[in-house]
Amino acid sequence: MIDYIRNNQTIIWQALGQHVYLSLLPVLLGTVVAVPVGYLAVRRPALYQPIVNLGGVIYSIPSLALFLIIPVVLGTGVLSPLNIIVALAVYTFALLTRTVADALTDVQGETTQAADALGFRRLRRLVGVEIPMALPVMLAGVRVATVSNISLVSVGAFLGVGGLGALFTRGLQLGFIEPIIVGIVLSVLLAAVCDIGIVLLQRRLTPWSRVGAG
Amino acid sequence: MITFDAVTKAFPGGNVAVDDLSVELPTGQITVFVGPSGCGKTTSLRMINRMIDPTSGTIAIDGEDVSHQDAALLRRKIGYVIQHAGLFPHRTVVDNIATVPLLNGVNKKQARENALELLGRVGLDESMATRYPAQLSGGQQQRVGVARALAADPPVMLMDEPFSAVDPIVRDGLQKEFLRLQAEFGKTIAFVTHDIDEAIKLGDRVAIFRVGGHLAQVGTPQELLDDPADEFVADFVGRDRGFRGLSFITAEGLDVEPVKTWVDGRDGVRLVLDDDGKPQGWSVNDSTDLRPLPGTFAPSDSMRLVTDLAISSPSGVAVRVDGEGIADGAVPHAAVAEHLVAVRRDAEGDRAPR
Repeated sequence: MIDYIRNNQTIIWQALGQHVYLSLLPVLLGTVVAVPVGYLAVRRPALYQPIVNLGGVIYSIPSLALFLIIPVVLGTGVLSPLNIIVALAVYTFALLTRTVADALTDVQGETTQAADALGFRRLRRLVGVEIPMALPVMLAGVRVATVSNISLVSVGAFLGVGGLGALFTRGLQLGFIEPIIVGIVLSVLLAAVCDIGIVLLQRRLTPWSRVGAG
Repeated sequence: MITFDAVTKAFPGGNVAVDDLSVELPTGQITVFVGPSGCGKTTSLRMINRMIDPTSGTIAIDGEDVSHQDAALLRRKIGYVIQHAGLFPHRTVVDNIATVPLLNGVNKKQARENALELLGRVGLDESMATRYPAQLSGGQQQRVGVARALAADPPVMLMDEPFSAVDPIVRDGLQKEFLRLQAEFGKTIAFVTHDIDEAIKLGDRVAIFRVGGHLAQVGTPQELLDDPADEFVADFVGRDRGFRGLSFITAEGLDVEPVKTWVDGRDGVRLVLDDDGKPQGWSVNDSTDLRPLPGTFAPSDSMRLVTDLAISSPSGVAVRVDGEGIADGAVPHAAVAEHLVAVRRDAEGDRAPR
């Protein structure tokens, strides 16, 4: 085991690096799209149900199928890492849109009315009041999307796009277990580290959410 | 001055919340909108800062039609306090207070300095500044809400049942402090409540609304109590309006007996003073177990308070104190009643043609 790791350091590091890149970049992209679309669902209540349904439908598409459809739609090669990135960004978007919409809906009420009455304009109210107040719920959604992406990237290995999943396929092809174990352990560790990272980020961004009545 | 001129608000579906309202809210005074639920008092308030726009009619502040003004800029010139304070949970107390100055582009340091000063003005300790709203009691949150409304020094303030959600003792403290602040700042205030007692206590003028958005009567509290326009108003100000009316008579002209009479003891009760002459309690039948005083009054207090003190005292006697809290007179309830009869006779004498 030790020997395997020692002899394949470069490959392992490269796989881990790719895995991070392939799973986290889509979280960022998906979130950036999900926030305005989620907000749209709040602003236009008639659009809420269609938007949420769309998210549900997209999320129910099997990942392998999505990985294969996207190159057809985008015209990219089957092996392009772009496919994985787009597919996972789409999943993140599907998962987060509803979370964002619900989180922003939950904060409507006395506080946002007070913001209006004090003279906030629409955008400033969104950025200065609604998003900060919705952040704990939104970040909980980002945690789920992140962990889900980290596990889904491995599937991409079947298409030969790298990441820790590549260690699984290699292990299967060559018939020995070490790369598989290394792949699994690193994948789980990565998910745990990212999850904890987001929790710490949330504590930093929303210190107010942890104070009780004093 | 805030002027409502033939203002009507009908919501889609035909529900008329406010019906042809014309009323003036004088500069520097507290005008209270009071009435049962569904009478349009809150809708009227919210039309002043354009949270709701009227269907017809105009509302003007110092002659300027509010509908011609940019809503956000208009609102920054109008302080707003609501029932549960509506503080921003994600901002500290000091940043909550600084909200409007920050919107107006005041630099952060300056805005926070002003906010800290206001914190003291509304009776909160500076140590509260870095707390979040969830760490404050309801009464403290409401004080922060008032400070936030005052921060940009707006000439006009709107208050929508600001003291309704706190317990009666805290409410009483907040109301007193509110009147103290108003004496200092002299804002033009529109104040909404469903509580006629609060309306009479706080209002320079009171506008009573009836269901359907009609103004039933507007006037000083005393005018409403003395001379209700119709049965609805009479009913709304309540059956004990005679007792409430005592709020407007001070104890200035009330004759008091020397304290000594009661310190020496009479009818089996004795007033016990400490070395400084401050009242400690009543001794009944020479008991050493003192019965506490329900309170004391000063000449500037109302006859309502004096009457209440006399009735609730174990001796039936209300004790008057000077500025230092030293007892300087006592009034048994029989004398209170005689005084009220005399006051009534004088008032009627004034009214009768000569």
